[in-house]
Formats: sequence, C-alpha cells, structure tokens
Amino acid sequence: MQYMLLIYGAPEVEPQYGTPAFGEMMAGYATFSKRLVDDGAMRGGEALKGIETATSLRVRGGKVETMDGPFATTKEHLGGYYVIDVPDLDAALKYAAMIPSATYGTVEVRPVMVYS
Amino acid sequence: MSAPESSAIARALETVMRNDRGRLLAALIARLRDFQLAEEALQEAAISALSHWERAGLPTSPQGWLLKVALRKAIDRLRGGTREGRKAAELALLSRDEAEDTEPEMIADDRLRLIFTCCHPALDAKSRVALTLRTLGGLTTPEIARAFLDAEPTMGQRLSRAKAKIAAAGIPFRVPGPEDWAGRLNSVLTVVYLIFNAGYSNGPSPGRDLCDEAIYLARMLADLRPAEPEVEGALALLLLTHARRAARIGADGVSVALADQDRALWDAPMRAEGLALLDLALGRSAPGPFQIKAAIAACQSQSPPDWPQIAALYAGLHAHEPTPVIRLNHAVAIAEAGDMAAALALLALLAEPLADYQPYHAACAELLSRDHRTIEALQAYTHAIDLAPSPADAAFLSLRRNRLLS
Repeated sequence: MQYMLLIYGAPEVEPQYGTPAFGEMMAGYATFSKRLVDDGAMRGGEALKGIETATSLRVRGGKVETMDGPFATTKEHLGGYYVIDVPDLDAALKYAAMIPSATYGTVEVRPVMVYS
Repeated sequence: MSAPESSAIARALETVMRNDRGRLLAALIARLRDFQLAEEALQEAAISALSHWERAGLPTSPQGWLLKVALRKAIDRLRGGTREGRKAAELALLSRDEAEDTEPEMIADDRLRLIFTCCHPALDAKSRVALTLRTLGGLTTPEIARAFLDAEPTMGQRLSRAKAKIAAAGIPFRVPGPEDWAGRLNSVLTVVYLIFNAGYSNGPSPGRDLCDEAIYLARMLADLRPAEPEVEGALALLLLTHARRAARIGADGVSVALADQDRALWDAPMRAEGLALLDLALGRSAPGPFQIKAAIAACQSQSPPDWPQIAALYAGLHAHEPTPVIRLNHAVAIAEAGDMAAALALLALLAEPLADYQPYHAACAELLSRDHRTIEALQAYTHAIDLAPSPADAAFLSLRRNRLLS
C-alpha cells in the first residue's frame, strides 16, 4: 500500500538555519531518505519552501481568483512530504516516527487512493 | 418436526452464537479482511442454520457449520459485486479449503489478532471500545449505544466509520511484534478497563453487564497470551474491584464507602482469584501500570488498608501515567496515610486541570470537612453533587454534606 507522509511544523519551533540543531535535522533527513531507499519503500518526497512563497488559486464562474498565501492560515504548515510503499499502516507509522520533524511537529499519514 | 424440538434447536443456536460469536467473527474477518461483510455473512449463516438444523438435526460441529456457511455466503455476495469484489472472492476461496476440513478446535484462534485490530491507536478511543464490544463481546449496536449514552444511529455511524478506516487505511490484522508489544497491549487493556468502568459507573443494568463483559475479555486475553504479567494484572484488578460489587450500594440505593462496606457481602472466591493472579504477575518481575492498579485495589481491600503503601503505589503509577487523576488519587492516599497538609497542598494544584472532574470535588469535600474547613467543604460538596454520575452517588454525597450541617 502507498501512503503519503505529510510533514507539518511551526517554523518558529523548528531548528533555525545555521545552527548545529539545523545541521542535525538535515542529517536526520538524509539518513531517513537513505533508509527508505535501502528498504525499497521510497516512492518520492520533497521539502517545500515556506508559506511566504505560497500562492493559492481557485476558479469561480470561469474566473481565476489568485491569492497570496497558503490554503489555510494555521500555526503549523505543510513543510514537505514523502510517498512510501509499505505493507500496512503499522509499517507506515513506524517510518513516520523516524522523520526528524515528528519530534517537534506532526506527521499526518494518509493512504494513497488506488484506482483499479 | 415438533415444536419443542425446534425450540431446542433455536436455543442451541443461541448458545453457540453467544459463546462463539467472537471466535467465529474473528475467523471470518481473518479470511475476508472485511468487518462488515463478516458480520453480515455470519448473520445470514445463523438464519440458515435455524431452518437447516431443524430439518437435518444439529451438526457435529455447529461452529464449523456456521463458519463454512458464512464463508460461502460471503463469497456469493462478493461474486455478485464489482470486479474488485470478484478478485477478493478468489482470495477468500483460496482460504476456504482451509476452513472446509477444519474442526472448531483446529481453527486458529484469530481473536487475539482481532482485539489488537479493534484497539489500534489509529482509531479514536471511543471507537476502540465500541468496536471491541461489537466484535468480540457480541453486544448489539443498540446495547453499546445505551451503555455509552449515545443515540443508536450515532453509534452505528461510529462503528461503520471505524470498520471503514481499518480497511481503507490498511490497519493490519496482526498481533504486534515485540518492539510495539507493550504499548499496544496497554491500548488493548485500557479498552477492557474502560468497558469495565462504564459498567461500574452505570451500576447494575438489565441485559449484558459491561463489568462481566470486560472480565470475559480479560480472561480471553489471559487464555490466549498466558504468563503475560500486565494481562494478569488487569484481570486481577477487575476481579478485585468486581468482588466488592454487592457491597457497593446499600439497600437504600446509596453508595457505600469502601471503609464502611459489609465485607461479608464481598465475593470471597473472586477476591481470592484476583489476589492469586496479582501474586503470579508480580512474581514475574516486570511491573506495569495494571499490576500497580491491581496492587492498589488489593491494599484498599485489606482491613485496615495500608495507606502509606497505597500512596507509594500511586507515586509509582504516576511515573507510568502522569495524569492529574492519578495525582488526585495519590493525594487522597497521602491524606489517609495521615499527612493532611501535604494532601490538601497537592489538591490545590489540581483545581484547574480537574475543574470538571466530579471525583475531584468529592475528594476535596471529604478532606476539607475532615480538616474542619466547613465552608469550603460545603462548596465542594455542592459541586460534587451537581456533577454526580448516578443518583446513588448524589445521595451518598448529600448525606455526607448534611452531616456537616447538623
């Protein structure tokens, strides 16, 4: 089964760029990504730039409405994701717990829809 | 076919369904991987059984018969369904051979896997309780709704949502491995304990008693996983508490405090079994929260209770479960052990987190009145009576309050 691991965090509680904690976090992500690849579970994943770079859009009555900012204004933002392929939810939760941001943010685990 | 015979068959079916419903459902879910389909197929098989057994007589193995027919019914349904359904039917057919020649004692016991699935932390706490009662306890949806003061459609929706999530989110039908064992077992035992507590605070009720249901589930776990100290501890806790049920509420319908209970009314064999189980568990030298709770229950039922020991046990329990409710119990034990000042200081710290928790106000009322702080005690009694979960508790507290006024 495929799962998306959506990584949410509040920027102010995350390690700041340039600090040793930031280096540790990045090393943690590198180790985690390598582990996924080695286990044959990796199907993709990226980190996202901050919400100050986000643009939201909707089409209403044939007209495009473009807005500055993320879909919802919340304290914790979507900061990145992985897509993994594992046998069941327990396996997905085990990987989710290894994500460095899980220690200060929240990881949401969602099964990927299968059309067959 | 005569009428008495047919009712004998109906009674036999009822007995099988009452005693083995959980086992049959677990076996079906293991093969079909679909809670809803398994339940419906078993229901249909039971209906067929009634007419078939009346014609052909009771089969040698009624459980095996029900399992076989339920599987066939499920497969028929799947065949009539979508392409995806047919694919699943093929899978089910594969495991069907396994069931065909399997006598009930040979059927692998899937109930352990099922209870871990029902109590999976990816389901919300109330759904875990409801699903466990529905699938392993065999309570009906209206019975569960009544026990938890929910409207029947609400409870029905809760159950279907939980079953749908198990399928859609890929919650596995499996006993967890050693690295997850302790946490997941605690989740299962917590569900059993919540069921017991619901029965305990509802008081004796017509129909299925939730306390008995919880004890049944704990015994099932102890049978399926022998020599597991936390399971033994949980079963001991339930037995030690349940042994006092006849003395809990007086003839006048008022709750009776533990110290004032008539010990002759306690169920001595049940208490003895609880104490023996606790000894067995503690002898395995792997302490855990349920063993500590059982030890507390055991100390409380000594005459007189060993309060310093109980206070120490609560401090130990707080390390496992750092909740304000455990601190409240710790405070009460400290007071009973003689240190009223320390107890009241601890209670003051809990005023905010436990503002809506009835037992907090009841404990404050009791301790403040013993400390002759009458005005504060009266206020606390009023809060506790307003929040009382049952008329028996309200009556008990009113009596205590009135004693202060006289």
